[in-house]
Amino acid sequence: MWKTRIIALIFLMLGIFLGSYVYKTEMDGTNPFKLGLDLRGGSYLVYKADVSDVEELDVKSSMDSLRDVIERRINAFGVAEPNVQTETHTLGVDGDEERLVIELPGVTDLDEAVEMIGQTPFLEFKVERDEQTRDAILAEIAKVQESISTEDENIDLENLDIDTELIQKDPYYVATELTGKYLEKSVLQFSQGGVQNGGGLQSQPIIGLNFNKEGGELFETITGENVDKTIAIYLDGIMVSNPRVNQAISGGSAIIEGNFDIKEAKEIVGRLNSGALPIPIELISTSTIGPTLGQDAVDAGVRAGMIGLLLVAILLIVWYRLPGLIAVVALGVYTAMMLWVFKFIPVTLTSAGIAGFIISIGIAVDANILIFERMKEELADGRNLYTAIDNGFKRAWASIRDANISSIISAIILFWFGTALIKGFALTFGLGIILSMLTAVTFTRSMLLSFTDKEKKKNSKVLRTLFKSGLSEITKNNK
Amino acid sequence: MNIIKYKKIFLGISTALVLIAVAVVGAKGLDYGVEFTGGAVLEMSYDERPSIEEAKTLLVEKGFEVDVQNFGEKSLIIKTQDVSEEGRKSLTSAMSSIGNNPELKRFNSIGPSVGRELRTKSLYALIFVSLGIIFFVAYAFRSVSKPVSSWKYGLVAVIALLHDIMIPVGILTLLGTEIDTLYVVGLLSILGLSVNDTIVVFDRVREELAKNNETSKKEDFDDTVGYAVSKTVTRSILTSLTLVVVLLALYYVGPVATQTLALVLLLGTIVGTYSSIFLASPLLTYMVSSKKEEKKKK
Repeated sequence: MWKTRIIALIFLMLGIFLGSYVYKTEMDGTNPFKLGLDLRGGSYLVYKADVSDVEELDVKSSMDSLRDVIERRINAFGVAEPNVQTETHTLGVDGDEERLVIELPGVTDLDEAVEMIGQTPFLEFKVERDEQTRDAILAEIAKVQESISTEDENIDLENLDIDTELIQKDPYYVATELTGKYLEKSVLQFSQGGVQNGGGLQSQPIIGLNFNKEGGELFETITGENVDKTIAIYLDGIMVSNPRVNQAISGGSAIIEGNFDIKEAKEIVGRLNSGALPIPIELISTSTIGPTLGQDAVDAGVRAGMIGLLLVAILLIVWYRLPGLIAVVALGVYTAMMLWVFKFIPVTLTSAGIAGFIISIGIAVDANILIFERMKEELADGRNLYTAIDNGFKRAWASIRDANISSIISAIILFWFGTALIKGFALTFGLGIILSMLTAVTFTRSMLLSFTDKEKKKNSKVLRTLFKSGLSEITKNNK
Repeated sequence: MNIIKYKKIFLGISTALVLIAVAVVGAKGLDYGVEFTGGAVLEMSYDERPSIEEAKTLLVEKGFEVDVQNFGEKSLIIKTQDVSEEGRKSLTSAMSSIGNNPELKRFNSIGPSVGRELRTKSLYALIFVSLGIIFFVAYAFRSVSKPVSSWKYGLVAVIALLHDIMIPVGILTLLGTEIDTLYVVGLLSILGLSVNDTIVVFDRVREELAKNNETSKKEDFDDTVGYAVSKTVTRSILTSLTLVVVLLALYYVGPVATQTLALVLLLGTIVGTYSSIFLASPLLTYMVSSKKEEKKKK
């Protein structure tokens, strides 16, 4: 007997503990709920990638490099927690459709977002600057560095004898006409075991570049003028590589040898290809939620949830008395557990997800009602409270189990097939069903049994009254 | 009240309601939102919103084909087919130039392929959930294949499920509710709730059949089902009552965005409870009686 009471107490404590954790982390902001774009405001963009010109085997790597580029770009822009994903859609579209889905929380200015993503990555080829200018620039930089190192906080750059135009220039390289717009494709290649490496022959990853005709001519000229010098390859203003030119290169293709490992080489190829934009992208869907709309929805949702729960609590207690009260406590424990799970996983909450959660509360109540109704039947058959509760649970279990399994099957199928919104619904719905089943058969059960005594054949009148439900009283009066 | 005794009446009511729903949908057509058809929707809120005519004239001048509606107390909703970037910019700037203190609440533009995909996916989800349920119910009731084979329980559950979806859709179409994604989410939830309800009643039938089998009691299947329904009716009504209470709170106090969802679910809950008592169980007895009659004919 004491064992069930202790179990009930442990669950109650757990509920209170999780509830206070949820409350505390929400209030002090250490671990707030993860809200979806529809609730916190932000932009959601879907791009269709045109992969018709990409060979099938290269589609995935092209999409990945596309994602990397755009991710870097968004990061550079300083958006908190952006989410960039590639998706392949096969259902309901013509053939396969490769998509890039971008979520930008907090960005409610679509113009800004579209611009930030749409900008073409900038690939440049630069050649070495002549020594004289290089030294001049380096000297200027040294001057500035010196004045900074004197730790004089009030540096007035204009008063220093510095050529401000010169200092902003790259001391080592100077731009050429050759940019990403002339690059057709970059591929990852391997040298044919020609490189001697620690005694063994090892093939080395190298990067192949294919220019278009115009680019090939430009490249030939540039390389011809810069034999035994380095050419620097810049992407979005950052140098990714500076190979040495061995001879003038004609034919519009080049390789970059360097001490790349495969990962590095792949990355550079990806970047170069994105510089050349191998996959044109087209904006097919956008969505922006203003910041106030989301907050209003959250406030109203919480308010509705509170009122809903309160009404359910009143209904349950009026109808089922003591078991009703226990059901309400169980519901509270269930809610605390769910909210904790949302934070723990973490589940991104959207309006659809919250709807799934609310329905799962309904199902949790249903499990309790099923149990109480069976209990009532057992009591009517003249069993003592303990047996009635015990049997009630056993009888109700089959229907709770089967009804919930069918719901779980629905949730799994929906999660599998659904779009993002439906997935959110299916997830909270499915989790809710599993947890509600768990609390009903463990917590409600042990709580109810805690009030009874197995050995007692007759329970006190007060206890029996407490366990009776509204309906049995009414029907009795009618008789 | 013996539900099984009057099963013809209840089945008649359900059939009539489904037919009316189909007729309504057939006559009025389903009103798909931009999420499904492709297009754009803009919601702007104002301290003092401009009139629909003012907004419409302005936008038509700019070359848009639009539908403008009041939304909530302070907002306007503008729908158009133009989903281009230029269209978006000119639309938002036009709507920001009128009214008092305009604020962009949301903008949604959906390419036609995205809309088509959503429609297909929703349909597939519905079909696969139905199939999943038939198979699961057939499996769960495999021990009671007499007098009705277990897969027929699954079939009846799915008929009840279609009934529970079609009637709310009919009513919502009559009310002129637009189908958006949350509407679909609502229908999908009805699936879950409807099957839940039906299984609870069937489970009781299963239990009684097993009990009769143990005690070798001969009982007419109609009576067994009737008894099972009478034993589960309190639970069905109470459960749906709690859901109705929660949904009413969601509808009246909850976010504007989930009002449609709450309405869909409200209708689904009520119809679903009705069908588990008055449709699924009588149908189950029909599965037997039609068999018996066949035998009699032979």
